[in-house]
Amino acid sequence: MAHARLSLRQYFILGLVSVCAPAGDSCLSRGMSHLPEITAAHPATLVAAVFTPWIALGIALLIGFFASYLTALSWADLTFVLPATGLGNVVVALLSHFWLHEAISLERWAGIALITIGVGFVAQGPSLTERPEADEPALTAALQAMQEQERAR
Amino acid sequence: MTLPILALQSGFWAAAAMIAAVVLTSTTGEVLTAAAMKSIGDLDKIRARSGLSGAIRAVVTCPLFFAGIGFLALAFFALLFSLNHLPVSLVAPASSSLTLVTNAIAGKLFLKENVDRRRWSSAVLVCIGVYLLAH
Repeated sequence: MAHARLSLRQYFILGLVSVCAPAGDSCLSRGMSHLPEITAAHPATLVAAVFTPWIALGIALLIGFFASYLTALSWADLTFVLPATGLGNVVVALLSHFWLHEAISLERWAGIALITIGVGFVAQGPSLTERPEADEPALTAALQAMQEQERAR
Repeated sequence: MTLPILALQSGFWAAAAMIAAVVLTSTTGEVLTAAAMKSIGDLDKIRARSGLSGAIRAVVTCPLFFAGIGFLALAFFALLFSLNHLPVSLVAPASSSLTLVTNAIAGKLFLKENVDRRRWSSAVLVCIGVYLLAH
């Protein structure tokens, strides 16, 4: 199977999935904490919040996360992508420890160790379930349909 | 004496129902989205042949993709609802770690993925790890 082993580019996309989601959430959290309280009486302040730098950056990162997540799901199994991208939690915990100097309890270090072992475990195996009869015809059919649509224009 | 116990029990079941709603809608959304992406095919290959616009068109013309997005939106609102009633220190670790296990089960049942011993162990290890980290 072509995708049994991932290329460097595919590892990069999995890395983007892992990093963009927690980074985007952190940007949104930082942006929202600097804003005055938003109430239902003034919904326009919520729209204005979208254009503040931290929230705009957070939204851009979450769009990047979703695009790379969809790309990863197009060539790898869901049961491979989800555990493999769990490493993002570890990145956030380590960043908060070394960058923001937050304390990490023994319980959290145990969590970091378990996630790292779990990700290493799944990354050693194949990324896609072998289906000799399914994938390539589906791709070819999708490409042919798109080419026909383009020709029709 | 029985009243507080009953209240405690109903509180437990209400919390369990709210977390279950988040986990189930999220799992359905993830499985539908994964099925949509598998039916479309390798996006890297499509983008190489038809460009970024071709890849975007392939995704946005797939009805299954929108079904997945619909359930993921439901999961988001279920999460907001449960955060309104329960502490974030319970909802966040419970929902994110349980979703890993339900996705492994759903991936095997509905997507027919080969969830071997390696993937089960990895899903369980990451699930416990996420719980410990987020708790």
